[in-house]
Amino acid sequence: MASEATEAETPTEENLDAAVDATHGGSVGETHAATEDHGGTFPPFDPATFPSQLLWLAITFAALYLLMSRIALPQIGGVIADRRARVDADLKAADESRRKTDAAIAAYEEALASARAKAQGIANETRESIQADLASKRAAVEADLSEKLTAAEARIAETKAQALSHVDEIAAETAQAVASQLIGDVPQEQAQAAVSRVKE
Amino acid sequence: MAGTDPIHQFVIEDIFPIATIGGDGTEGSGLHFAFTNSALFMVATVAITFLYLVLSSSQKRLVPNRLQLTSELLYEFVANMVRGSAGTEGMKFFPLVFSLFTFVLVGNMLGMIPYFFTITSHIIVTFALSMLVFLTVIIYGFIKNGPKFLGLFVPAGVPGYILPIVTPIEIISFLSRPISLSVRLFGNILAGHITLKVFTGFVVTMIPIGFFGAAGSILPLLMGIALTGLEFLVAAVQAYVFAVLTCMYLNDAIHPSH
Repeated sequence: MASEATEAETPTEENLDAAVDATHGGSVGETHAATEDHGGTFPPFDPATFPSQLLWLAITFAALYLLMSRIALPQIGGVIADRRARVDADLKAADESRRKTDAAIAAYEEALASARAKAQGIANETRESIQADLASKRAAVEADLSEKLTAAEARIAETKAQALSHVDEIAAETAQAVASQLIGDVPQEQAQAAVSRVKE
Repeated sequence: MAGTDPIHQFVIEDIFPIATIGGDGTEGSGLHFAFTNSALFMVATVAITFLYLVLSSSQKRLVPNRLQLTSELLYEFVANMVRGSAGTEGMKFFPLVFSLFTFVLVGNMLGMIPYFFTITSHIIVTFALSMLVFLTVIIYGFIKNGPKFLGLFVPAGVPGYILPIVTPIEIISFLSRPISLSVRLFGNILAGHITLKVFTGFVVTMIPIGFFGAAGSILPLLMGIALTGLEFLVAAVQAYVFAVLTCMYLNDAIHPSH
């Protein structure tokens, strides 16, 4: 490889010279002016080209800066910011939904617990009211019975008293009948008076 | 043909002249302004950058397509670079850094296309861009920090007796920044393009010199292919380096204390 490279060295230089000759002698247009420009100096260090380069660099870079800062970057940055805002909003909404779900579950459980408590309350109440009803009915029946008992007792006492009061009458009648049989007519009043006298 | 002249690709040719200021009317005197091939490629760089970014993101898709994603990745890449090096406060220079990065990157990449002119292969262009950064750092540094900006040259925590040595070093390193920044980019691009041209030129000159020459030309051809890949890498890396160093210099202007 090394030998080939050194072999190639000479033709390269020849070719180079030929190339330079060709541009110098042949075409007269812009390439001519160009080769003459860099005839002596290395093109990047040729001060004759500096004004043009600086002028166009200033124009193009200022244009680039304005186009970037006013149009391109706000557009791209806006898209990115929009996306970030959207993602944040969606995450927040998801969070909100989860919170709502949790709240709904809590509310449901609370409702369930209160319903259960209420049901128990109603059951207790019903049981109590039934018991109270039962008790009041029993009390009423007992009161009724005791009333009837006292009434009956009163009636018995009355009947007894009546019966006892009739004893005098019967005794008087009997005495009158007996006396009538024995001694002839005896007025009722006399018989009664006699009976009451005996009783005393 | 001038095909194998490795320097010819850097020649600046007038496409149409604009004006010549001063001088005595002879060729090469006075300030000569013209629309040149360099200017054409600067315009092309700006046009391509702008149209690509605006058209790719014009649909403003919530879920980006591939084209839009490339623009967004570029945006985020530079934004993270600025934020990482210069902090959130440095984001006011984001358009500047983004413009510098894309200008150098697209200019370098356009230069990789055969027969295309490479705008960054001229020291005056890279030096002007470096001076733009340098002056931005100085002006913004003084506006924001006032005389405290000079604290940049006095590193904190250095013993007093070393300061007479350290401070001149800091000043020299600061002043050499535009030179190192511009020469790094210029030198990489220039050397890369010359090397590429020389090796591929070997292929052209070796083929006519017989069988061994033609057979051996495969070696410089392979070298040329490898160098092309390397030069694409260099084109991207140098744009990145230029932008990162810009961010770090801007960070000095924003936070001058070390």
